[in-house]
Amino acid sequence: MKHLFASGHTACVGCGEVLPVIMVVDTIGPNAIYVSATGCIEVFSSRYPESAWEVPWIHSLFENAAAVASGIASALKISGRKNEAKVVALAGDGGTADIGLQALSGMLERGDDVLFVCFDNEAYMNTGIQRSGSTPFAAATTTSPAGKLWLGKMQRKKNVPAIVAAHNVPYVATASPGYYADLKNKVKKALTFEGPKYIQILSPCPLGWRSDPAMSVEIAKLAVQCGLYPLYEIVTRSENQSGFRGNGELRVTIKVEKRKPVEEYLKLQGRFRHLFDKPEGKAVIQEIQTIADENAEKYGYGEVAK
Amino acid sequence: MKKTVIVEGSKAVSEAVKLCRPKVIAAYPITPQTHIVENLSQIVADGELDAEFVHVESEHSAASVVLGASATGVRTYTSSSSQGLLLLLEVLYNLAGMRLPVVIGCVNRAVSSPLNIWNDHQDAITARDAGIIQLWAEDAQEALDMHIQAYKIAENKEVLFPVIVNLDGYIISHTFEAVEIPTQEEVDSFLPPYQPEVYLTPKNPLSFGAFADWNYYQEVRQIMQETIEKSKEVILEITKDFAQHFGRDNGSLVEKYKTDDAETVVIAMGSICGIIKELVDELRNQGKKVGLLRIRVYRPFPKEEIYQALKNVKNIAVFERCLSVGSGGIVANEVKSVFYGKEKQPRISNFIGGLGGRDLPKDLFRGIVERAEKEVIENEFVAVRTELIKD
Ligand SMILES: Cc1ncc(C[n+]2csc(CCOP(=O)(O)OP(=O)(O)O)c2C)c(N)n1
Ligand SMILES: [Mg+2]
Repeated sequence: MKHLFASGHTACVGCGEVLPVIMVVDTIGPNAIYVSATGCIEVFSSRYPESAWEVPWIHSLFENAAAVASGIASALKISGRKNEAKVVALAGDGGTADIGLQALSGMLERGDDVLFVCFDNEAYMNTGIQRSGSTPFAAATTTSPAGKLWLGKMQRKKNVPAIVAAHNVPYVATASPGYYADLKNKVKKALTFEGPKYIQILSPCPLGWRSDPAMSVEIAKLAVQCGLYPLYEIVTRSENQSGFRGNGELRVTIKVEKRKPVEEYLKLQGRFRHLFDKPEGKAVIQEIQTIADENAEKYGYGEVAK
Repeated sequence: MKKTVIVEGSKAVSEAVKLCRPKVIAAYPITPQTHIVENLSQIVADGELDAEFVHVESEHSAASVVLGASATGVRTYTSSSSQGLLLLLEVLYNLAGMRLPVVIGCVNRAVSSPLNIWNDHQDAITARDAGIIQLWAEDAQEALDMHIQAYKIAENKEVLFPVIVNLDGYIISHTFEAVEIPTQEEVDSFLPPYQPEVYLTPKNPLSFGAFADWNYYQEVRQIMQETIEKSKEVILEITKDFAQHFGRDNGSLVEKYKTDDAETVVIAMGSICGIIKELVDELRNQGKKVGLLRIRVYRPFPKEEIYQALKNVKNIAVFERCLSVGSGGIVANEVKSVFYGKEKQPRISNFIGGLGGRDLPKDLFRGIVERAEKEVIENEFVAVRTELIKD
């Protein structure tokens, strides 16, 4: 099969971000216009004079992908070309949760017909693994290092899907490249809605997470199985229905009956290594387990399998 | 039918924008640009213009929306002032590099801090290096005319640069003046629909806004410089073409007001030129050979035009309403560089004033002319309240 995102791009070995990019682009097909925020995706796909994009694509800046996408959607609408292409914005977690949050919120509030996909590798990877609002609790990055006083990032991960859902948009989902069928379904389903759609995809980064490049898909699965990255969708409108319908129904798409302990997920990643090396780490791991337990309760996941 | 009406400057600009038929408008309110966004919203709300009005949450997004829309092949408009222009400056560089022909109205206002909502030229001058064409209006009529010309300049295949049309906050934007509003037919016959050669479409999947390393980046910038220099010819042609269509000749890249035999010439931009022209007339009546050179097109900077117009004058007095803190006059430095290494070397003095909306009475310019006739003055602030400056 010919991919619409061509080989020859410069993503790292085992990159867990390019993988879901290819999944998303192939699922959507050729009739779409893509906007990339500045970040790894844009850099590994568009180094002049080459381009991995077999679909129309534009990169403008770091924080404005949602607004550029709004401009494209408006132009298509006003010139009667709406059926020509879907509009899809692609951004990292920094371009979504932090510097891009304002533009994203504006786009969501206006109700523009855009699918916004956040590739959540949980840090600013393109600039060398700095902490973002989406970096999880206790993960070490170059700006939230483990040190004498700090044990990695001492704040919890920003819940962007909830922020997006608070805008009452038709469709919000989380996904993981460890669950390709689920991811594909969500992309397809999202595109059946008119208006803003948001999908946040966990994107393991071997370099930033200090994990084995061969394990990226496995890690993407484990994140779900331990309850730290629950996969769900929030549907505010039934398919093909326009208008507003309250706060939306949350549906867990990947049910986990027997949860893995978070340790199994954490120990595969160097960014959590300090938790295993330092005596204070034990309590922190317990806190992370509590986060997973809270998620389990909220999303109906089962007990941790002993 | 063509009609002359008494309207506020912002209304004149909004009418001009409407007549140019942009398809996507995105703007965020800021004093003193607000009346333009409000008028345009009403125009779209009333169905007088078939356009999408995108209600953005910031100027950064306003510029980004028009960037996306322009790249998708439609004509666009945005407008701002002061802090708003600075906030979208990042996008402005981006628009210029991608060579997207968006038109931006800038209602000129001082930049904070201190917070100040009144007129000076600091905002647009700060954007001078971005790779945009900058037109500077003297009155509401010219602001209207320049908006119509701006689209034709920006979209010309030999140009393809964003264009900023500058009009002084309050003095032009909020003042009622007699303005001739052209008809839709007239504008349509002057300005053809926007038909870009490349744009975002699955029919021809191209990549826009690539990442270019040191092997490619510099040449992109060099081509920008060379092309924007060449755009001077296109701007001149379009101004002539405009005069033929509308019967109003706005002149060249610079307006030469009684400069031909002048001994002393003031250089300025914007609405203040009206007062300086009055002064020139008065001084001429007293037998003094004084003139005004008004910069209409600030980017590309009209070096050759300034040299040719002023090579035989004795004294030049550059007056500007902006400041490079740590250097001084900005326009003055550029004017000085025009004469560097040239055969003719007029004496150039420069004055800074009217910042944050301070009033600029005619007599002030009388003093500037007198001072420049006597000696060479560098970076002198005028109409200073010395009691506010303590050692
Ligand atoms: C206004 C601005 N600030 C900072 C940067 C530097 N910068 C470029 S990409 C990036 C981080 C990207 O992180 P993320 O959005 O998570 O994407 P990733 O590279 O991790 O996929 C940063 C900080 C920039 N390009 N623009
Ligand atoms: Mg990231």
